[in-house]
Amino acid sequence: MNIPSEIGSHTKLAEHAYRIRRYALQMGEVQGQGYVGQALGYADVLAVAYCHAMSYKPSDPEWEGRDRFLLSHGHYAIAFYAALLEAGVIPEDELETYGSDDSRLPMSGMATYTPGMEMSGGSLGQGLPIAVGIALGLRLKGNPAFVYNSMSDGELDEGSTWEAAMGAAHHGLSNLICLVDINNQQADGPSTKVMGFEPLADKWAAFGWHVQRVNGNDLPAVIAAFDTARNLQEARPRVILFDTLMGKGVPFLEAREKNHFIRVDPHEWQQAIEILDQARGAV
Amino acid sequence: MSTTAKKPRLTTSAMIASIASEGQRVKAAPFGKALVELAQQRADIVGLTADLAKYTDLHLFAQAYPERFFQMGMAEQLLMASAGGMAKEGFIPFATTYAVFGTRRAFDFVHQVIAEENLNVKMCCALPGLTTGYGPSHQATEDIALMRGIPGMTIIDPCDALDTEQAVPQIAAHAGPVYMRLLRGNVPLVLDEYDYTFELGKAKMLRDGKDVLVISSGILTMRALEVAKALESDSVDVGVLHVPTIKPLDTATILAEASRSGRLVVVAENHTAVGGLGEAVATALLTAGVTPPFYQIALPDAFLDAGALPTLHDRYGISTEAMVTAIKGWLG
Ligand SMILES: Cc1ncc(C[n+]2csc(CCOP(=O)(O)OP(=O)(O)O)c2C)c(N)n1
Ligand SMILES: [Mg+2]
Repeated sequence: MNIPSEIGSHTKLAEHAYRIRRYALQMGEVQGQGYVGQALGYADVLAVAYCHAMSYKPSDPEWEGRDRFLLSHGHYAIAFYAALLEAGVIPEDELETYGSDDSRLPMSGMATYTPGMEMSGGSLGQGLPIAVGIALGLRLKGNPAFVYNSMSDGELDEGSTWEAAMGAAHHGLSNLICLVDINNQQADGPSTKVMGFEPLADKWAAFGWHVQRVNGNDLPAVIAAFDTARNLQEARPRVILFDTLMGKGVPFLEAREKNHFIRVDPHEWQQAIEILDQARGAV
Repeated sequence: MSTTAKKPRLTTSAMIASIASEGQRVKAAPFGKALVELAQQRADIVGLTADLAKYTDLHLFAQAYPERFFQMGMAEQLLMASAGGMAKEGFIPFATTYAVFGTRRAFDFVHQVIAEENLNVKMCCALPGLTTGYGPSHQATEDIALMRGIPGMTIIDPCDALDTEQAVPQIAAHAGPVYMRLLRGNVPLVLDEYDYTFELGKAKMLRDGKDVLVISSGILTMRALEVAKALESDSVDVGVLHVPTIKPLDTATILAEASRSGRLVVVAENHTAVGGLGEAVATALLTAGVTPPFYQIALPDAFLDAGALPTLHDRYGISTEAMVTAIKGWLG
């Protein structure tokens, strides 16, 4: 079981986040594609979730006492597998099967394939309503575990998200924590242009949620937000809105024209990994 | 699912998948280009999408007619219902998304808002059947079954770029809701070799054959034509009847062809065996008392695997090779 570590552990978490980024790039290289821009942007949040906040047993992904983590944005699977590798749920040598035929690591996340994957994503906007049911079920069983729903900003467009937001508040689900990756990117362009959702914090608050909005690439801020969400003594659901930078940690990808699929040329995978490695040495 | 198998790596085709095989003749964005052309003549055409303009070739329309293009965000229920609303105001909305989301996610809105009032909405939905390796979330294996269940729905399953571009003005001219399976990106060009034109509601013989009659739609017509060529060397004569309009079904042509004696009838579709062209043809034949030896090439009634498309097409029997093997087996 993972024991939450003390505050001030962000150098340790930076190391975890570095490895999550590295794993994601390695998997991207295997397939020559993948949502690595998203993975790099979201790595800090996943590091804090899996290496600081959550309770689970790597060897027993179905342990009844575990905190549930729903990857609603199934296309972030590459990021999530990287976190599962770092958490020890998936063995490292499986990384190179990513996206290959008959792998346990398909390109879009599915519960039926991967240990530690709690839902089959891909059809966006389904995680939060599932989380409502899990939270109700946990509460009914007297199980003190949390359910985390991790979602993308594109999923804010779906009506199902707001149906669930209303339902979670109505039922006072204090065991539900929603994590939103605001990378300002969707399939057709910047989220702000595809479907404006601001003022976002106000919307969640109006729906009855405890709201925090932080820079998702600022580790101490991410840690503090998770701690606040978990320790809050209020009978309402909590949401953390993370503003993130796609490609974070690899400057040439951070600077590249933003796209749902960030372009990575074949020779650039190794280059990106080297840049990560150097930056880590410099810390 | 084994974790140890080491095979040559085939990449999973993602959202950007193309169904064209290597070296095949293709045409880029036939739907998008045809719609732009049509919109020059018809001011009542509008385009709507649910965060998938780029992935349904509707971005071409958006660039050409920004004031007639409406981005609905990733909200498929809003997409279909608002398209219905625009149709009520006299416009002809072309609404695009992926086939899974246009059918499964928005189904009640399609049924109640659009179909029940016979509104003039043209739903053009990409990644039909098994055309992505992303797993069940993206594989629209039962879209036709769902849409066939709706009264008054016209359903089009084009084979290639030519079918697609010719269908666009005709579905716009048709009064009432249409569901068209959309092929996007670099789309194979096949039917120009067959003295063929798309006519809404019509099935067409592409080649005659005395041993086997393949009745097919969509990309499986392309495969059926390849099968027919491959079986020539075995002296098996295969006819291909292309049925791009699944509903209403061209029963007259199907019955006329299927009642010619001495031919095995094989229905081939990129769709589950449940509720698609195969069952539609079987019903038509039995009802008319026409009972040739009958076989179905279709996807199994199962949640399909994730993986590379060529692997999956082989696994589920819709690759050219798998179809050749199946037909040879049935011929005995
Ligand atoms: C219900 C649903 N509609 C459409 C899609 C197609 N799709 C896949 S990713 C995506 C973009 C959604 O925005 P977001 O997840 O924020 O994109 P990203 O940040 O990864 O670029 C879309 C429209 C989908 N997977 N599910
Ligand atoms: Mg996004």
